[in-house]
Amino acid sequence: MEVDKNKRNFLKYVLGGSLTALAAMIFYPIVEYLKPPKTKSAEVSSVKIGKVNEIPNDSSLMFRFGTKPGILVRTQNGEFRAFEATCTHLDCTVQFKQEMGVIWCACHNGKFDLHGRNISGPPPRPLTPYKVNIQGEDIFVSKI
Amino acid sequence: MKKNYWKRFYNWFDDRIQFEDIIQFAAKKYVPVHSHSIWYYFGGVTLFLFIIQVVTGILLLLYYKGSEDLAFESIQYIMTEVQFGWLIRSVHSWSANLMVLAAFIHMFSVYFTRAYRKPREITWVTGMLMLFLAMGFGFSGYLLPWNELAFFATKVGTDIAGVIPVIGKPMLEFLRGGEDVTGATLSRFFGFHVAVMPAIFTVLLGIHLILVQRQGMSEPIEYEDKPEKEKKSMPFFPNFLLRDLLFWLIVLNIVALLAVLFPWELGVKADPFASAPAGIKPEWYFMFMFQTLKYIPAHVLFFDGEVLGILLFSAAGLLWTLVPFWDRKTLRGEKTRFINYLGIFAIVYIILLTVLGYLE
Ligand code: FES
Repeated sequence: MEVDKNKRNFLKYVLGGSLTALAAMIFYPIVEYLKPPKTKSAEVSSVKIGKVNEIPNDSSLMFRFGTKPGILVRTQNGEFRAFEATCTHLDCTVQFKQEMGVIWCACHNGKFDLHGRNISGPPPRPLTPYKVNIQGEDIFVSKI
Repeated sequence: MKKNYWKRFYNWFDDRIQFEDIIQFAAKKYVPVHSHSIWYYFGGVTLFLFIIQVVTGILLLLYYKGSEDLAFESIQYIMTEVQFGWLIRSVHSWSANLMVLAAFIHMFSVYFTRAYRKPREITWVTGMLMLFLAMGFGFSGYLLPWNELAFFATKVGTDIAGVIPVIGKPMLEFLRGGEDVTGATLSRFFGFHVAVMPAIFTVLLGIHLILVQRQGMSEPIEYEDKPEKEKKSMPFFPNFLLRDLLFWLIVLNIVALLAVLFPWELGVKADPFASAPAGIKPEWYFMFMFQTLKYIPAHVLFFDGEVLGILLFSAAGLLWTLVPFWDRKTLRGEKTRFINYLGIFAIVYIILLTVLGYLE
């Protein structure tokens, strides 16, 4: 009787163990498959986005920086500033509002000043700035 | 001669399947008649709208292309080149919205009549799961035309999922197929929308319908307590079935009218590098949650406003789904006002916040 019980337990463990191993073998690749691979093209360090004389004072330009949208603003006194255009609230893409002199997010009426600081609405953090480089006539934007 | 032919045809099948039981079952099936009988039809209406979704969905699949470069154009093609393509797409969109509406009505009517009580707990839970799935269908289907509004609504919607502590980030990447909403997101949503969710839905629907057949229609508590003689009822076949079909016909007409008079718009193609336009809105059945998030301050105690909102809604959804298990009073046969007040509060809240959302 004792032996039988041991035998049965042994079988139970072998069977249970193999079933667990089988399940792992099936589900591990599936779970891994569901994770999207990291995109390599995201590693952009600097992009050329236009020429100085193409952008008048008090206006803006949308550009792409790798996989992300960016926004370049030229202030009233001709200064260039660039930011990641992704709103820090829930990921919408911001725009320059000339009448209000702010960077505005249409999704929930979030506002940023022209330094990228969140000044009203739900955005919890300032916009991520880029560095703007002028070389001759060309405008370059790069990560800080 | 002809009759004979049919008879033999019938007998051949009857020999193998034994229709006897089914006919017996149908003949004995009765539907209670009382002042709340009208609500019995909304489950059937939801089912009918689901059937419309399956048919029009399959038709759309013949021309739709689920990729970033082609999705918008393929729907444009369906709407302008394919004969009656505009109609099929418009019906699909309208019927989807009406289906969610009908499902909500069905759910609330079951809730208020306490039809979820023993022995129908499983029917209720499968129904709630289908309601959540229907919203998932809506959310994923919304993105498929790849237009501007849907693109940003999806960004916001999935970003909200991403704020949940611990599981949020992996879930966001799983949903989006990467960090951002891109063509990869579209492929995934397409797969969820036409394969994964229909498969799960079909299983749930099967369980739900089999249970409804086996257990029969739930009787409201007041009706249940009446003496047997005073209970009115009608045979399911053909009386109730014909009324059901009449309802379906009415719904079909409503869908057709809406689809023809207010064709569903396509909007502007999404450009991932353009600014979000004003007027980004989720589908109406997400509006009350979306609007709530706007009123919660950015930080409450240790929580981010959004996190708190999501946790609250998840908890509410879970409690609602489990109502047959915690509503002890109804189980004991006692009257309980609390369930009514809670239900009325939920309805008023949903309507109020939805209206506020659209007024802004
Ligand atoms: S996403 Fe920009 S304010 Fe909400």
